[in-house]
Amino acid sequence: MKLLIVDDSNIIRRHIQREIGEGNHEIRMAADGVEALKVFDEFHPEIVTMDITMPNMDGLSCVEAILRRNADTRILVISALADRGTAVEAVKRGATGFLLKPFTSETLATEISELFID
Amino acid sequence: MITKKTDAPAMREDDLKIFVKGTEHFFKLVTKITAEVSMPFIKESSDHVMNEFSAIIGISGKHRGCVYYTAPREMIGELMGHFGETDRSDELLMDCVGEIANTISGNAREQLGPGFMISVPVVIRGKAEDIRFPKDAPAFVIPITWNGYRSSLILCLKSGEREIPAFDLGSLED
Repeated sequence: MKLLIVDDSNIIRRHIQREIGEGNHEIRMAADGVEALKVFDEFHPEIVTMDITMPNMDGLSCVEAILRRNADTRILVISALADRGTAVEAVKRGATGFLLKPFTSETLATEISELFID
Repeated sequence: MITKKTDAPAMREDDLKIFVKGTEHFFKLVTKITAEVSMPFIKESSDHVMNEFSAIIGISGKHRGCVYYTAPREMIGELMGHFGETDRSDELLMDCVGEIANTISGNAREQLGPGFMISVPVVIRGKAEDIRFPKDAPAFVIPITWNGYRSSLILCLKSGEREIPAFDLGSLED
């Protein structure tokens, strides 16, 4: 399985990468929405984790852009924006799920495993 | 309870409580170690509260101003271990302090709503005692003790003048 991790925090990217584990997966990372689209176009991941608040292009705009490229992509939005409207907006734009920061390893593992099952 | 009075139309005590609870939640969930939050106070120019690593989140929308988080190197290094991180480079320490400020600020939207718009963090390395705080609102310092280390969340906010639509993408960008 190919995964793309998008977050402007290197700590969070590396944290998610460790939790997913390289194993049978191929993982790439990007620090903002513009970089994410470049990586997406050459890497064609099936699963994406996506932060929202990032420079250059925010995560929700990037979700829409990715789904225009491949509507089958499964996208888990991972954000600290805790108002209900943001989670609803993420799903409206096509995200498969929403995980609030901060998260535990257990909740991240659960959300990621659901992406693999879908 | 905030004991010092100010003329500025800044934050209410309930707003401060949102950030106190958010800070406690962050440390407890990430590290499983409880952070003790002391009585907030209004920063005077003679108060030295800045540590080696500081992050600033710009706030716009219904509130305007900045949220600062400042912590010593050793504390950030230990905290990074709870993210499974072994690298203690300055680059990652700066990244970590920015992520803490971003997470606590973003979580405040649960109570403050989508009109509480946050920027991406700007991070400063070195004791930024000469950092300029907005002059039109008091800077409330929330002292945080975690695992024997002292850090601070500093809120310098006032009410904005315009209402924000229920969802505004501008809130998500720098």
